[in-house]
Amino acid sequence: MIAAHYPALQIVAPLIAAPLCVLLRRGTLAWLIAVAVSWLVFFIAIQLLQQVMASGPISYELGGWAAPWGIEYRIDSVNAFVLLIVSGISAVVAPYARATVAKEIPEDRHYLFYSAYLLCLTGLLGIVITGDAFNVFVFLEISSLSSYVLISLGKDRKALTAAYQYLVMGTIGATFFLIGVGLVYAMTGTLNMADIAVRLDAVENTRTVLAAFAFITVGLGLKLALFPLHLWLPNAYAYAPSAVTVFLAATATKVALYTMLRFVFTLFGADFALNVTFLAGFLMALAIVGVFAASITAIFQNNIKRMLAYSSVAQVGYMVLGVSFFSVTGLTGGIVHMFNHAMMKGALFMALGAVFYRLGTVHLDRMRGLGRQMPLTMFAFVIGGFSLIGLPLTVGFISKWYLILAALERGWWPIAGLVLLSSLLAVAYVWRVIEVAYFRDPPENHPKVTEAPLSLLVPMWILVLANIYFGIDTSLTIGVAERAAKSLLGLGG
Amino acid sequence: MTGELAIIAAILVPLIGAFLIAASHRHPNQREAATLVTATALFILVASLLSPVLAGQRPETTLWEIIPGISISLQAEPLGMVFALIASFLWIVTSVYSIGYMRGHHEKNQTRFYVCFAIALSSAIGVAFAGNMLTLFIFYEVLTLSTYPLVTHHGTDEARRGGRTYLGLLLFTSIAFQLLAMVWTWSVAGTLDFTPGGILAEHASPVVFATLFVLYMFGIGKAALMPFHRWLPAAMVAPTPVSALLHAVAVVKAGVFSVLKVTIYIFGVDSLARIGGSDIILYVAATTTILASIIALRQNNLKRRLAYSTISQLSYVVMAATLVNDFGILGGTLHVAMHAFGKITLFFCAGAILVAAHKTEVSQLNGIGRAMPWTMTAFTIGALSMIGLPPTAGFISKWYILLGALEADAMIIVGVLVLSTLLNAGYFLPIVYSAFFREPDTPAKHGEAPKTMVGAIGLCAGGTVLLFLFPGQILALAHMLIGNVP
Amino acid sequence: MDFFVGHYNYWIFVFLMMLGFYVVVARGNLVKKIIGLNIFQASVFLLYISIGKVFGGTAPIIIEGAGGSPVTYSNPLPHVLILTAIVVGVATTALGLSLVIRINEAYGTIEEDEISEMDLEP
Repeated sequence: MIAAHYPALQIVAPLIAAPLCVLLRRGTLAWLIAVAVSWLVFFIAIQLLQQVMASGPISYELGGWAAPWGIEYRIDSVNAFVLLIVSGISAVVAPYARATVAKEIPEDRHYLFYSAYLLCLTGLLGIVITGDAFNVFVFLEISSLSSYVLISLGKDRKALTAAYQYLVMGTIGATFFLIGVGLVYAMTGTLNMADIAVRLDAVENTRTVLAAFAFITVGLGLKLALFPLHLWLPNAYAYAPSAVTVFLAATATKVALYTMLRFVFTLFGADFALNVTFLAGFLMALAIVGVFAASITAIFQNNIKRMLAYSSVAQVGYMVLGVSFFSVTGLTGGIVHMFNHAMMKGALFMALGAVFYRLGTVHLDRMRGLGRQMPLTMFAFVIGGFSLIGLPLTVGFISKWYLILAALERGWWPIAGLVLLSSLLAVAYVWRVIEVAYFRDPPENHPKVTEAPLSLLVPMWILVLANIYFGIDTSLTIGVAERAAKSLLGLGG
Repeated sequence: MTGELAIIAAILVPLIGAFLIAASHRHPNQREAATLVTATALFILVASLLSPVLAGQRPETTLWEIIPGISISLQAEPLGMVFALIASFLWIVTSVYSIGYMRGHHEKNQTRFYVCFAIALSSAIGVAFAGNMLTLFIFYEVLTLSTYPLVTHHGTDEARRGGRTYLGLLLFTSIAFQLLAMVWTWSVAGTLDFTPGGILAEHASPVVFATLFVLYMFGIGKAALMPFHRWLPAAMVAPTPVSALLHAVAVVKAGVFSVLKVTIYIFGVDSLARIGGSDIILYVAATTTILASIIALRQNNLKRRLAYSTISQLSYVVMAATLVNDFGILGGTLHVAMHAFGKITLFFCAGAILVAAHKTEVSQLNGIGRAMPWTMTAFTIGALSMIGLPPTAGFISKWYILLGALEADAMIIVGVLVLSTLLNAGYFLPIVYSAFFREPDTPAKHGEAPKTMVGAIGLCAGGTVLLFLFPGQILALAHMLIGNVP
Repeated sequence: MDFFVGHYNYWIFVFLMMLGFYVVVARGNLVKKIIGLNIFQASVFLLYISIGKVFGGTAPIIIEGAGGSPVTYSNPLPHVLILTAIVVGVATTALGLSLVIRINEAYGTIEEDEISEMDLEP
């Protein structure tokens, strides 16, 4: 039955589709393949999630080779959720990409774009689904390399330097991760995650393992854009093609966070992280500083894509803050924010992509009066903005609730206060855009601007409505997130 | 129609109305009719809940669960009924007034105006009928957001700046204080349901209890306690119908309503009296009352003077609530209704003066009573209600609040009330005097305001007097909040 | 003494890693950065391979006709892993260098500080 091989199909489908796009050489065909594959992996992710929620973790041996020598794909509630996020975003971005790619990238490169896109998708899905530590590195590099290519395709020449900077920093991060995995292998003799988890207990207190832990967390922190390792993100997101920004902003950092969760909680164990290292304190401090530094920087940006990129760094801070509580509520908040942020930033960057499509720029000054000329697009931005601030009836509120609750459960009400204050900073940078779009008149001698085409509006509004829907009906997101949190902390599920 | 359905319908009807209004964009008469029909339907729905609630029933309904353990729930109880009744009734009157004002003033973007109005009313009813704190918070925030386009209606730079203060202060207080207090309450008490007698007393230590109370009171920014009051004068950039309904009735009333609701149903009046914690707010409210009145004396712009008067009057309700005794609760609840009628009359008059005479400053109003007799008579009635003299409604609520202060032995508060009465007289009576007994600087070339506006003004002024003569229903509802209600 | 000589592979690894890292950070020429990156990655390769060596072990290729006597092989797994990592390194270098070519076309220079200056102009 093919259903038994879903885990493998999840990776193989985009992996094979990528060179297929290169062979076909036709941009439109390549796009169709990208859409079809994205929808396929989304469908599979839904099936996998349902199966995991119904009957527990899935274990799949690739090629029939048994673990721990063979590569095992292991899916539990945590990564089933992330698979859903990544494939879901791809399912809306792929249709969205057609129009923006047509405008931003020369026609003779389209098939290459979609090929790189599919490779990136493969890489991200692979990182999430695999149960082998080295396999993570391989897929990490696949996704990273294709991201560098995708970012460099942006129109502005700064996209090239942004891609280069990301390349250098990303490679350092991945190499740190590799060092860490190597040290773990040296101490345990295995690369299978479940096996490592068992064998690490015996060697936990050695300096090698501590060093490995440090290398792995720093390496992943770089991919995660945790302050102060976030320096590559603003430029990379700002100058990449619109569809690429949407896709990466909504998925790449989440996957990195997932990997960190997997290594810290499943492999090393929450006790090790809490009692032997200062990880919790470190993460909390860096997260909070990151939230404030990034939010304040965002307020002063005039390139709105850059502003949202800084906002993403802040949101990553929220996710990490949730994780750093090491409690069920905190982890639930962090994990659910992975989903919620994907919805929020996806919608916001899609709206900006539509603006770029019509205006050719996302500079704040040129966006005057856009509220009247592109009403649907700007209203999508408004709702996304509300979600960023954390107003009720949007997904952002749910995440904030859990973060504050987690802080209050521990009695750390200053942290709760800081979370709330940072929400107010979000009001500042969101409202700047709203005021300019709705209160100012359009610049005089610029050509008339019309609403974005349907192929951009529909995916955008799907994400916007998802923002509202999952802010009202949280049974799916909180249900899975809570179960994932409990399983990570070893409390069953 | 059962009570539960009526409550849900009451929230949905204005939203459906908003949709119909938007759809009638190109047909102004149809659009205005949609507003009026929606407003009337809403009032009928709300009124239908009056008898069941007076009879002791509490129709309630729980909608879906939004966060594990907390649902969106609605309940009709006496305090909510008072708020819902005045909001829905005055929406009808304001709609009539708005039609005259918007057309007489040739305002732009009228459809957006009426649509946002309807959404704001829906959220106000949602606040009134909220069954737990989260539901109230959600509708409270929707109210802030839906009134923002109304406040910034004119789209000028001044409007934008006013809107910034409005939104900034209201969001600041609600996110920084109210949200924190709410999550804290949840984590301490395990529930957010509004329960007579409160939910916190058994679970919270006295320090937490008192801290939470202060957080809630400052978090309810719509009650305009100092130092978070500046959004109210800033919102005066809005067209007068907006100022009238939203800032004399719906938005500020949502604020003091929430103050009363939280006091009675989250903390519990007896628990507050026993454990303490309300004194800080009592004195903040007292200070706000006096300071706002002094500032009002110095305002030349009529609408700003009225705004500061509102801040002062809102603190009456907060004082009444934080006296934590029966008369206080009675007086506070009554004042929600009494002040509404008086203030809306005054704002309507201000708008009429603007439309007919194009005057905005108090110093320009000499002798205007001769050209606009109906308007200025209504203004006088409204002013008397603010001061608290019979035969106007303001007298009754002030009387009860005074009794509450005496019962609590809070002589300072008695003094504050007396002083405030004098100050009110000080900034209202001179306007009345110069309107009727002074010669105008330039001969008036205008007449009365358009008929629709005068009609609405008359209705509200009449209501102010009628409430004095027949306070029965409101009084009955207020009585249910104290003592013999389980 | 054994601390240094007995663990010389680790010392080489650390030295090369720091060297590569230093080049990446301290040099402004984009090509030099990539060279530094390569040195950095190479150090990691050396680490893996060196820890895979079993004392007295031979290359991990099965010897035919060894008879019944057991043969000690070095661990093949690190070799396999590093082959993968080398390929990744090659791809990264290729990608990095092609980006440098494109940057040179767009900016006319491959010095980081000159590029930053050009980027600051609006």
